[in-house]
Amino acid sequence: MSKQYAYYPGCSAMGSSIEYDISTRALCKSLGVELVDIPDWNCCGSTPAHASDHLLSASLVARNLAIAESMDVEGIITPCPSCLKNLKTTSLRMQRKDFHEKVESIVERPVRADLPIRSVLQTVVEHCSPQSIAEHVSKPLKSLKVVPYYGCIMNRPPDVMTFDDPENPTSLDRLMGALGAEVLPFPHKVDCCGASLGLVRRELVTRLSGRILDAAASLGADAIVTACPMCQLNLDLRQNQINRANGTQHSMPIFYYTQLAGLALGQSESCLRMDKLCVSPAKALQQVGAPAQEERAR
Amino acid sequence: MNIGVFVCHCGSNIAGTVDTEKVAEAARSFPDVAFSTDTMYACSEPGQAGIIDAIKEYGLDGIVVASCTPRMHEATFRKTLERAGLNKYLFEMANIREHVSWIGKDKEANTNKATELVKMAVAKLRNNTELHAGEFEINKRVMVIGGGVAGIQAALDCADGGLEVILVERESSIGGKMAKLDKTFPTVDCSSCILGPRMVDVAQHPNITLYAMSEVESVNGFVGNFDVSIRKKATYVDWEACTGCGQCMEKCPSKKAEDHFNEGVGTTTAINIPFPQAIPKKAVINANACIMLSKGKCGACAKLCPTQAIRFEQQDEVVQEQVGAIIAATGYDLFDHTLYGEYGGGRYPDVITSIQYERLLSASGPTGGHIKRPSDGKEPRNVVFIQCVGSRDPSVNRPYCSGFCCMYTAKQAILTKDHIPDSQSHVFYMDIRSPGKLYDEFTRRAMEEYGARYIRGRVSTIQPRNGHYVVKGADTIMGTQVEVEADLVVLAVGAEASKGAGELAEKLRISYDGYGFFMEGHPKLKPVETNTAGVYLAGSCQGPKDIPSSVAQGSAAASKVQSLFSKDKLASDPQVSSVAMQRCVGCAKCESTCPFGAIEMTEFRGMPKASVVETVCQGCGVCAVTCPQGAIQLQHFTDNQILAEVNALCPY
Ligand SMILES: Cc1cc2nc3c(=O)[nH]c(=O)nc-3n(C[C@H](O)[C@H](O)[C@H](O)COP(=O)(O)OP(=O)(O)OC[C@H]3O[C@@H](n4cnc5c(N)ncnc54)[C@H](O)[C@@H]3O)c2cc1C
Ligand code: SF4
Ligand code: SF4
Repeated sequence: MSKQYAYYPGCSAMGSSIEYDISTRALCKSLGVELVDIPDWNCCGSTPAHASDHLLSASLVARNLAIAESMDVEGIITPCPSCLKNLKTTSLRMQRKDFHEKVESIVERPVRADLPIRSVLQTVVEHCSPQSIAEHVSKPLKSLKVVPYYGCIMNRPPDVMTFDDPENPTSLDRLMGALGAEVLPFPHKVDCCGASLGLVRRELVTRLSGRILDAAASLGADAIVTACPMCQLNLDLRQNQINRANGTQHSMPIFYYTQLAGLALGQSESCLRMDKLCVSPAKALQQVGAPAQEERAR
Repeated sequence: MNIGVFVCHCGSNIAGTVDTEKVAEAARSFPDVAFSTDTMYACSEPGQAGIIDAIKEYGLDGIVVASCTPRMHEATFRKTLERAGLNKYLFEMANIREHVSWIGKDKEANTNKATELVKMAVAKLRNNTELHAGEFEINKRVMVIGGGVAGIQAALDCADGGLEVILVERESSIGGKMAKLDKTFPTVDCSSCILGPRMVDVAQHPNITLYAMSEVESVNGFVGNFDVSIRKKATYVDWEACTGCGQCMEKCPSKKAEDHFNEGVGTTTAINIPFPQAIPKKAVINANACIMLSKGKCGACAKLCPTQAIRFEQQDEVVQEQVGAIIAATGYDLFDHTLYGEYGGGRYPDVITSIQYERLLSASGPTGGHIKRPSDGKEPRNVVFIQCVGSRDPSVNRPYCSGFCCMYTAKQAILTKDHIPDSQSHVFYMDIRSPGKLYDEFTRRAMEEYGARYIRGRVSTIQPRNGHYVVKGADTIMGTQVEVEADLVVLAVGAEASKGAGELAEKLRISYDGYGFFMEGHPKLKPVETNTAGVYLAGSCQGPKDIPSSVAQGSAAASKVQSLFSKDKLASDPQVSSVAMQRCVGCAKCESTCPFGAIEMTEFRGMPKASVVETVCQGCGVCAVTCPQGAIQLQHFTDNQILAEVNALCPY
């Protein structure tokens, strides 16, 4: 019995994290989670909008909510924790009557703001239990040591996100375990990587992200698994920058959990767009016994 | 009937938002009211004298006082009536403080409501009759539930005063938490050296019967005459025969049983005597760990026991006891630190709780009193203590202060330095709460003489790194973030209500607060009583308490029992139900609804009839509303009295 969800990909999915979007769609398809794109969705304004004006931020989000509400779906789901946070906070803020009225007057349409909103991760974990996902696995991630990295907003603030433990979440751990990977207990799983200050305070980012890479490496991890486009981009694209700033030499692949899940469920590397990763995942992938991929040779 | 009405100002408590004079004025026009006035403090000596004078002067034979709640002063005013020669049930109270002045600010509305409440009280009083109390004998035995230091003190004080005491403890030994402690603040004297002899006194006292491994199953009856059934749990060892020699423990092949006494630091054998000073010193088999009981083979202990005490077939046994008073002393439990994911509770082996640390410090503990990290047995250099884990934190529903953690953390920091002179303790705290005698001096000593580094601020996270832990937190005095490297982290876990406290409270019919701690009769004036006559409280079952306060309260509860038992008979409450024989059709509906079992079916001229056991009846009135014939009336709350009140309120 499949359920339909309004899918809100978020802007990164159109560019820097297109591989997250592609692998998310693939994973949902193979698990029977039916996604329907919100037609003509707009950017939620992400950090800049809510940092400058709550009303602006809420109005950007509310337009998307209103479209989704006309779609006859179970709820809205999004792969990006940052979009998720904006969607959820707005729907909470809209419970205040005066605020609700202001937002409606700006977007010029009625908004109920009552659809359930979840991350794809939560939907996947709750829709199909890790055990039943394990039954779908055709190529277990045996001998791959991973550390799960949730980032700082997937589960927090707890009363807004209402998903998993805010300090020691385990959904990714369980999911990766079910896929056959060896999951190392990662003390930094909810630390901030500094992503949103990436442009203005680079030294802060290299310090915070460096700490995460150091810890993962010292635990002997083969890869970091993320569920956040910002975290992924920060740790992956900036890894050289981080190395330079801290005098380290990490070459730690940063996967989206959906990519590794796809792999375990038998999807090909090329359709999971492994080639989009900056730090080469080749070694980690060999470990899993994935065929060295011809497609990547350009 | 000549009724007098007194409307109390209660200072500005009532008069501030109620026009008391106007209420008194209005009352003059109510039927049968012969006298009405307002008064400053009705409960004060002149206030009561005014009531007595008015009774004499105006020939009053019924009194209404409009003031605070009857829970506060009904008894006071009933005594006043008795002093004036009236029956004390010709008295009614209208609660115009809690029900009126404290909850509304609109003076006119308040005055109206107060007037209506007085009108109801007058209407009821016109239907009141004289009631007379009977007397009943009391059973001068007392049951103490819980054998921690508070329960031990209460039991010994009662027993020394000549009372027979039943002590019920659910673990296999008495001693409670104190038995697990190494040293005690603020004197740093050895815990078991001061508690041990008291425990032996309990065992040897001729007036004390100890039921260990037992729990109270049910409590019936009332003050002076409680019937309790006590479940003695199967120990699989005949305690009459067991001499406590401990040979069975040496040979038991199942050595991985959970060690409750050592708080899970280390493991123990399936057959076990928890600690050398245990009272009673008897072996108990842990059925889950025992190979014989779970798999049907082994029996090593049975072969070895010199007195043949092992009984694999033993079952729980329920015994009955009659007592006249009950002291609850069931103590507290410790907060489950695994709820703090950021501290790595349950994941990081060297993040332990304060009570586990006590076991590591104790010479009779699993490491013989050497501080060793659980992970690798190494002696730590840097020990970080984190206070308020599960205290003063609304996010885990523990907004209250646990009271003793500041002090025991200081103690543990001092002891750490004593054990490992080149160690360094770091204490993260919110603020230091040490108001007892010699307490502040003690925490200061930990800082000044023992060099413990106190950092004010909460810890955000603990992360393992290269065999150490990095404890990150804020220093709110310096206004900076700090990181401290630790070899061992000790979480000062707070106190919470003992497991099953709510169920026990319901059996005892006493109240408990939102956190499960038992409620005292009055927060200031009845600190060891409960709202159920004959049931008293001692120790931290009422709220977190250190040893001195627990002991003091144990003695206080014992003296309350002594004064209760100083009379041979108690007056029974006549506000009970009674059956009109002619009307009763013997359907027995009342018998099955009475929650206290106070109704018996008897026979009258060959017909079945209900009859009330007055000493058991609690006056709840359930039977009265159940009876299809209207044959049962609750004295002092009869249908006529209630209907008169309703009619006074809704005259149309
Ligand atoms: C780590 C630590 C260190 C401490 N150090 C000190 C110190 O140095 N100095 C100091 O003054 N205080 C100290 N305290 C506080 C001290 O433990 C308490 O003050 C004291 O134990 C309270 O005694 P109690 O009898 O009220 O409760 P408890 O010691 O908890 O005893 C209650 C008893 O009742 C039993 N029980 C519970 N429920 C039932 C039931 N339903 N039926 C039958 N039996 C039941 C329990 O098994 C237990 O034996 C410390 C506490 C901790 C956690
Ligand atoms: S059960 Fe037997 S062997 Fe064990 S302590 Fe008792 S007497 Fe000794
Ligand atoms: S029968 Fe049970 S308690 Fe006795 S020795 Fe064997 S395992 Fe231990």
